[in-house]
Amino acid sequence: MGVTESPPRARRRGPDAPFADQYRAWLRGMILIRRFEEKAGEAYALGQVGGFCHLYIGQEAVAVGTLAAIRPDDYVVSAYREHGQALARGIASRAVMAELYGKATGCSHGKGGSMHLFDASLHFMGGHAIVGSQIPLGTGFAFAARYRGTDQVSLTYMGEAAANIGAFHESLNIAGLWKLPVVYVIENNGYGMGTAVKRAAAITELYQRAASYAMPGVEVDGQDVVAVKQATDDAVGRARRGEGPSLLEIRTFRYMGHSMSDAASGTYRSKEELESSRQRDPIVLLETRMRELGMLDDTGLGAIEADVAAEVADAVKFAEESPEPAPDQLWTDVYAPEAR
Amino acid sequence: MAVLTYRDALNAALREEMQRDDNVFLMGEEVAEYDGAYKVSRGLLKEFGARRVVDTPIAELGFTGIGVGAAMVGLRPVIEMMTMNFALLAIDQIVNTAAKVRYMSGGQIGCPLVIRGPGGAALQLGAQHSQAFESWYANIPGLKVVMPATPADAKGLLKSAIRDDNPVIFIEGEMLYNQKGEVPDGEHLIPLGRADIKRPGNDVTIICHSKTVAPAMNAAKSLADEGVDAEVVDLRTIRPLDQDAILASVAKTHRVVVAEEGWGFAGVGAQVVDLIQREAFDDLDSPVIRVHQADVPMPYNKHLEKAAKADAAKIVAAVHQACYRG
Ligand SMILES: Cc1ncc(C[n+]2csc(CCOP(=O)(O)OP(=O)(O)O)c2C)c(N)n1
Ligand SMILES: [Mg+2]
Repeated sequence: MGVTESPPRARRRGPDAPFADQYRAWLRGMILIRRFEEKAGEAYALGQVGGFCHLYIGQEAVAVGTLAAIRPDDYVVSAYREHGQALARGIASRAVMAELYGKATGCSHGKGGSMHLFDASLHFMGGHAIVGSQIPLGTGFAFAARYRGTDQVSLTYMGEAAANIGAFHESLNIAGLWKLPVVYVIENNGYGMGTAVKRAAAITELYQRAASYAMPGVEVDGQDVVAVKQATDDAVGRARRGEGPSLLEIRTFRYMGHSMSDAASGTYRSKEELESSRQRDPIVLLETRMRELGMLDDTGLGAIEADVAAEVADAVKFAEESPEPAPDQLWTDVYAPEAR
Repeated sequence: MAVLTYRDALNAALREEMQRDDNVFLMGEEVAEYDGAYKVSRGLLKEFGARRVVDTPIAELGFTGIGVGAAMVGLRPVIEMMTMNFALLAIDQIVNTAAKVRYMSGGQIGCPLVIRGPGGAALQLGAQHSQAFESWYANIPGLKVVMPATPADAKGLLKSAIRDDNPVIFIEGEMLYNQKGEVPDGEHLIPLGRADIKRPGNDVTIICHSKTVAPAMNAAKSLADEGVDAEVVDLRTIRPLDQDAILASVAKTHRVVVAEEGWGFAGVGAQVVDLIQREAFDDLDSPVIRVHQADVPMPYNKHLEKAAKADAAKIVAAVHQACYRG
């Protein structure tokens, strides 16, 4: 209970180490999220994306590392800062971008938007915009898996500020009581809007709260994708073996403002603090590790960047050219279709 | 036809639907080992076991959200609220997830869920335990709201609610649980969204639902003694509202009283009046009169409580007004 796990060091191996393909996939996954989000920010500034939009830049290793640890039939649910998880889960960047544009080809057919990305076929059960509301839902997916006797696991994300809401307590208590196969991931990026953790939580070591719910709580370095993957593997394995839920507090940083309407620094956090958080960039960390291991050189990195740039450009073009939802779509999907 | 209490009719509906479909389970406070706070779930734990009859901690938001989540991935939970007053703690999950997830996901993810329990006032339970919230839920697109008044309706509507692919708020009544009535034998399903004419009449329409049905019937009886032939229309489902049944009755009688248990302001009756003035303005011979709870929190004192509640005498008085009598 309440163990702090230090991030594992990568073992020094040759270029043909068995991780090479994985690392490359994770690096590409993180770069895709970063470039996608940069474009989403530009599209927002141009008025192509409306409403609220919360970028994931700085947190890429959390989505990529955690989602590398689960199976396609497992369940994923998140809050409103979920572009990164949607992409890392495998929703096509075209469908995510088109959803930000509100187009009919979006992953929620233009009816969800940035905060409500869904893909039932990938068991991506949404972006939810009421803080903490996804926590009972993720617990419910785990309940359903148990009810049906499958070994599926529910991966339930939340920001650290959501750990202060009642739904967090009620869910973790029940999950601990019933030993449900759920992995709760707190993405601790230090702030809920402009409120620092220490101004919102009576204890700032949030993983320690797991002790109240009879589950392990693990603090994880969220800038190190390898550490994230490993910690999630452990928690997912536990859940899959029927040993119950876990709480991962993954420490990370939000490089941008809370949403598109606030500056990254200046009021509630200083420029210096922001600059120092950027020193451990998740993409640079993995890139460096891969170079050291001989898995990556400039050409290799250039190829990934070019590939990602093409994918994001294609996603934007697709979103721009996609049709708006037909006017009659206003009235569909309120209730289930009649005939049964 | 068997004579059953409203409680046993609900129990039979739950039992039959749980026998029929393994995806159906019951979850809530005291539903299993205690046999239900109001004994609606009596015997179900014994028959179906703890996997399908699930006692929860006192955590309405948590267990309702778990039910919503389970429904999103295809189970058919029946969530029991010990009373609907406590569902306020779960209203975020009901309104923000259950009612909206199909729409927000572009039709990919549904929520076949029933949230049921007693609503409205019983006797002298005080302000926090005596509230009729159907108009809150009826305001929300994506939800259905069902409120049976009789044992037969309770059984037939609960079975349909459980089979419905949408989230259904199913509001019972503590004062109804002991009521007895005939319930058809065998498979008995009543479609949601259909009102029922509990008493045909020609002179005035009394529109009611749930706990105002019995007082409306009593009122109709005493009005008959005065020579006024009242038609009693039980809405049974608040959303979707059976507009055709309402308008057909208004076209016949030309005078209308709308009775409900809850508060009048933005209440169910207000919606019914909106429909009638829009669609049946020329049919009306007099303004529609409403009967509802006094616009105050429910008092504890029994005389004050009686004064606050809708009852047969108030319905009779409203009919007199609608008929320009007395
Ligand atoms: C119940 C509720 N209260 C307030 C808000 C407004 N709000 C949106 S995000 C947010 C901060 C949440 O921070 P955190 O959980 O740490 O997630 P992050 O934005 O850092 O990813 C607030 C207060 C909301 N959406 N829901
Ligand atoms: Mg945060």
